Amino acid sequence: MSGIPHDHYEPQTGGAKWLHSRLPIVGLLYDTIMIPTPKNLNWMWIWGIVLTFCLALQIITGIILVMHYTPHVDLAFASVEHIMRNVNGGHMIRYLHMNGASLFFLAVYLHIFRGLYYGSYKAPREVTWIIGMLIYLMMMGTAFMGYVLPWGQMSFWGATVITGLFGAIPFIGEPIQTWLLGGPAVDNATLNRFFSLHYLLPFVIAALVAVHIWAFHTTGNNNPTGVEVRRGSKAEAEKDTVPFWPYFVIKDLFALGLIMVIFFAVVGFMPNYLGHPDNYIEANPLVTPSHIVPEWYFLPFYAILRAFTADVWVVMFANWITGGIIDAKFFGVLAMFGAIIVMALAPWLDTSSVRSGRYRPMFKWWFALLCVDFVVLMWAGAMPAEPPYSTISLIGSTYWFAYFLIILPLLGVIEKPQPQPATIEEDFKANHAKKSDGGAGALSATPAE
Amino acid sequence: MFKKLAISAVAALTLSTGAVMAAGGAGHIEDVDFSFEGPFGSFDQNQLQRGLQVYTEVCSACHGLKYVPLRTLGDEGGPNLPDDQVRAYAEQYEVYDPELDEYRPAKPTDHFPESGFEGAPDLSLMAKGRAGFSGPYGTGLNQLFKGMGGPEYIVALLDGYTGETKTQAGVTLYENTAFPGGWISMAPALYGEDVEYADGHPNSLHHEAEDVAAFLMWAAEPKMMARKQAGLTGVIFLTVLTVLLYLTNKRIWAPIKGKKTS
Repeated sequence: MSGIPHDHYEPQTGGAKWLHSRLPIVGLLYDTIMIPTPKNLNWMWIWGIVLTFCLALQIITGIILVMHYTPHVDLAFASVEHIMRNVNGGHMIRYLHMNGASLFFLAVYLHIFRGLYYGSYKAPREVTWIIGMLIYLMMMGTAFMGYVLPWGQMSFWGATVITGLFGAIPFIGEPIQTWLLGGPAVDNATLNRFFSLHYLLPFVIAALVAVHIWAFHTTGNNNPTGVEVRRGSKAEAEKDTVPFWPYFVIKDLFALGLIMVIFFAVVGFMPNYLGHPDNYIEANPLVTPSHIVPEWYFLPFYAILRAFTADVWVVMFANWITGGIIDAKFFGVLAMFGAIIVMALAPWLDTSSVRSGRYRPMFKWWFALLCVDFVVLMWAGAMPAEPPYSTISLIGSTYWFAYFLIILPLLGVIEKPQPQPATIEEDFKANHAKKSDGGAGALSATPAE
Repeated sequence: MFKKLAISAVAALTLSTGAVMAAGGAGHIEDVDFSFEGPFGSFDQNQLQRGLQVYTEVCSACHGLKYVPLRTLGDEGGPNLPDDQVRAYAEQYEVYDPELDEYRPAKPTDHFPESGFEGAPDLSLMAKGRAGFSGPYGTGLNQLFKGMGGPEYIVALLDGYTGETKTQAGVTLYENTAFPGGWISMAPALYGEDVEYADGHPNSLHHEAEDVAAFLMWAAEPKMMARKQAGLTGVIFLTVLTVLLYLTNKRIWAPIKGKKTS
């Protein structure tokens, strides 16, 4: 593996040499944990550890929950109540799992937007970015299917609405929907396959996470300046980097500790705040809730899905040009998946030669607007599909696509970037020379980055 | 047989009208200062026992609590009844025993019976399932800062009858200021002085409603005290760990940042 020059593992004892010549696993772990990491990483680079922790937390709490859960339409809801009332510590395990999903998505959104701001998706890290997007898609699928398992009202009706999206595909939609559900409607077959996949996908995610880490360990981390680590010699590289252990492990664990304090306060004191109360009513196919909303982390994309109604001119145009094959519903589905696809294509849509948003005066504003847009879409997604919310969703969705398809390609041509520091060392020294305070100074310095 | 069919037809009708009504918009809910709100709030054992009395003497005529095991009435952090009282309380209910193939008096290991009347929803989780009205503007901030939730809804509903009635499709509906849509198929259940409290607590309508709402909150979230305790322990230990990690982090980075190590 090429990369940043650094010391490699040398087996010392006879036993270590014996193992190393047969299976260099200690060397692999050593090189992974001691990887040279840019000195100047800021506090937005902690989310990777938080995400790894979330995955572990969800898998461990999930495996315990499975021991007490019954995947059957008549028993699922009661088995969740059994976990909440009779299983020792069951209520905590379940609330950790429930709120763990929220923390997982909060962290993944901050992680993704950090990548978008500092240009972490740009060459040579496109593969890392694409794998990250695949992980994100898998997370959405896993979270959606997990939400169905308690078999509450929102589980059932959420599943009905979302699987109904596949029915919007022209010609083959309805057979696909029936095939996915295992029947004409959401029922026991659906619950069982969702349970099976909800257990399977986290392990697929874990494998993809390993590949994600492998990919960026090959290219090296990006950093807030976007300037690459010097690789001419080991001495040169050491001026720009420190080993991951202990410097970033301890820093990340400190950040994780702080986040865990808040997380435990939420789990202990307001565990149902982020969930929908209707999910404490058992699923009833005969009673439709007045207002079907997904969990908060799906809301921005739910808003995009609902934004493109039949009276929007692009939808009318698409309908006319395809001879009616693309109707409003199918257009909405395409827009929702398209919103993630354009984000995945960012490495090829961004034409700027400068990586970090820190040195791109115009990009900064458009990026800030994208962050606002994301929050507005999240809010609009929770509101009923009627004016003025539908108009707000449409404007928000339009900006989302415009940012990736028009603004990113154009900015690279028209924008005049500011000078970048020559090396990471220079940036690091400039940052720490003017401040007398240590770690705390870095924390309060630029929390927005 | 015909009677049973007629009852289920009426029940189906009330259920469906209820759902239609639910689309009509949220009712008016007042905040109540319950003892169990906030990170340090705890259930008032006496209030839970009074609420159990209201539930037993009034609500249980139609409603059930099928997810609540009777033995949990003796749990700490709940009504905390002594064992003999739990046993005596359980015996007043008849449950069907599939092994004996007949009805027998309930034991503490059984659950509360389910709703006897088909149109009456089970109340086990009502206090959590009805927490969604909270405003302002659907942000849920009242839930966060005032602790408004399902129990407030239950109090407002029981206290919210105006006395007006109307008949719609053969069903009598009662006007209620808390119910979404304004008209509910449940007749007023509490009028004040419906039960005699052993502890001499005032038994006005509002007091009874608060007591039964507190009891239903316990029924929906019986492990609330244990949960808050676990949360607090977690927060305290993690805070200590975080402070230690902060100091460690500061120390190991000091030479890298060109500062003197102490």
